[in-house]
Amino acid sequence: MPTHLSPLQLDELARELDAVRQRVVDDLGEEDRAYIYRVIKAQRGFEVAGRALMYLPPAWILGVGALSISKILDNMEIGHNVMHGQYDWMRDPALNSKMFEWDNVCPSEQWRYSHNYRHHTYTNVLDEDRDIGYGILRMDESQKWNPYYLGNPVYAFALMVFFEWGVMMHDLEFERIVAGERTWGETRGIRRQMWHKGVKQVVKDYVLFPALTGPLFVPTVAGNVIANLVRNVWAYNIIFCGHFPSGTVTFSREEIQNESRGHWYYRQMLGSANITGSKLFHILSGNLSHQIEHHLFPDLPARRYPQIAPEIRAICEKYGLPYNTGRLSKQVGSVVAKIFRLALPGRTSPEPAPSSVSPRELAAAA
Amino acid sequence: MTAASKRFSPLGLAEALATPHAVDRYLELIHPMLTVRELRAAVIDVRRSPSSVTLTLRPTRQWRGFAAGQFVRVSVRIDGRLHTRCYSPAGSDRATGIELTIRAHDGGLVSQYLYANARPGMTIGLSAAEGTFVLPAPRPSRVLLISGGSGITPVMSMLRTLCDEGYAGEVAFLHYARDEGPYLDELRALAVRPNVTVRVRHPARHGYFGVAHLRAVAPWFADAETFVCGPPALMAAVREVVGSERLHTEEFTLGGSARGDAGGAITFTRSGVTADNSGATLLEQAEAAGLTPEHGCRMGICFSCVQVKTAGCTRNVRTGETDSDPDHEIQLCISVPVGDVALDI
Repeated sequence: MPTHLSPLQLDELARELDAVRQRVVDDLGEEDRAYIYRVIKAQRGFEVAGRALMYLPPAWILGVGALSISKILDNMEIGHNVMHGQYDWMRDPALNSKMFEWDNVCPSEQWRYSHNYRHHTYTNVLDEDRDIGYGILRMDESQKWNPYYLGNPVYAFALMVFFEWGVMMHDLEFERIVAGERTWGETRGIRRQMWHKGVKQVVKDYVLFPALTGPLFVPTVAGNVIANLVRNVWAYNIIFCGHFPSGTVTFSREEIQNESRGHWYYRQMLGSANITGSKLFHILSGNLSHQIEHHLFPDLPARRYPQIAPEIRAICEKYGLPYNTGRLSKQVGSVVAKIFRLALPGRTSPEPAPSSVSPRELAAAA
Repeated sequence: MTAASKRFSPLGLAEALATPHAVDRYLELIHPMLTVRELRAAVIDVRRSPSSVTLTLRPTRQWRGFAAGQFVRVSVRIDGRLHTRCYSPAGSDRATGIELTIRAHDGGLVSQYLYANARPGMTIGLSAAEGTFVLPAPRPSRVLLISGGSGITPVMSMLRTLCDEGYAGEVAFLHYARDEGPYLDELRALAVRPNVTVRVRHPARHGYFGVAHLRAVAPWFADAETFVCGPPALMAAVREVVGSERLHTEEFTLGGSARGDAGGAITFTRSGVTADNSGATLLEQAEAAGLTPEHGCRMGICFSCVQVKTAGCTRNVRTGETDSDPDHEIQLCISVPVGDVALDI
């Protein structure tokens, strides 16, 4: 995707965005700390309530709901964001990116590598960003079609249901093992980490807490399975709306050779999509509903994204760049359509999203 | 399998249930002093003098005590950020609370904050006591204690401990102070004991440390174990007179020697920042470049600031040793670059 912006314009874009970032960094302080601790307190409250309500069969459904919210908050607004280093400036060992673990079977160390480094550095670069299809799906026309992809919707559905396990196994890079680029033996170290983390999570949710409810063992197991499932479905949908709705752009390895900071910013803006919604919705999405702001500044505390969003949008307009945003239903709809369409061969171009202008058109107009 | 399945313990079960978070991450939301693993302390008493603040701390039950002369790391939160500094308790190591006297020095972020904001009920982070600046056991028959300014705290702890123990040997205490510090009255009171001699010297009136000052309080100094804590110049002067063999020192500040030569460039690889080497310590230069590396004491004690130097040569300003090994862990606060250096921060 050749850009319509000149290197000078890209430098200017980088300066403007750097200035936004610096202003937020200079302002970080007690308010941001108080915010994340309020979220943590709420998450722990939901968790304790969810575990406790399992003892009260009539309130079982409330318990499942509370535990689901607890897991969603833990993974998204807390875990994902803490592991990005958004709160490292606090120097609080409890919220340090390198030390934090989340309520999820994926070991945080592997997540930091595949997500923070691979995905956030090489965002939407084919063959570099393994989040394009996660090695099992065809999510971009430039991925060569083969008959395996006829199952695209089935694989996507399975990934949604077992999302935390899919995230955990992401680093095994199955597709590279199948292609002979990687041996099973090479994954030994990370498999051991997965085993240690997975066992602890499984024992907690499916053995210890159910056993503590005695005769209610089975309903408690069922409740915990559902809470994990709710979190899986929610996280999958939010995350798939980050880079796959129509209008988002992918790049090739050649395009990022000797990439400038400005081009990196440009790529983050074109490759990401936002979701509109209420304040509560933004918190439950871990503010990944501000995917564009998050990809520009992954290490700024997420509560700052809604604050800077109007400015980012204005910068996009100034440079003639799309600011891809829409309701959850619209973004999910366009992702589902893409999953089905790409199950079949062909390079039919998707409908551009109404709220965005494709850079191709911009390039033609320039 | 999990800890709980190996051998049952209530804490092991609680930890298996709380996984992946620590049990303390739940308990602290009920009360900050409620912890099962983490050591913390509550401030129970605050006394202020014109230049310093004296805190009495009640530690959580994880506290294992300290030996007179050791230091602890104290962490306080200022504008959302945790800051850690090392302080030596000044009280007897037999006392129940931990007494810290902190001089509010100019530009001292933590000391100024505590001077202005410490109040009973405040919770602070605390580490187990560390350090080898301690009285030998069994006690020597003669002990010479020398301090300058805020360096009084570890040696004050030694004197109070010796008095509490009913130590029968001879003790001399020589302290240099520019103004009336918080312990001078108590020092004079302790001097009524037959085996304790105390002299407080004011440099403006009595001049700096010299052998005459020493002879006046401890003519037997050649046979004594000597403990000194204060500015580098005082420690150097004492070393010159008493030698190194029976001398124990504790450094409070780096003094003026913490600079290397400017020249070359420092590359902070993870942050993608490069800066000209100004000759200051790597911690100071990283901060000057806008980075916020983790650190604590800023004097080479606590190892909070250890990071990997990927390439180049650095010099340790405390020992003078140079280190040219690639991918070597160094302490940023006491390392200066020698030419080009690359750090993984």
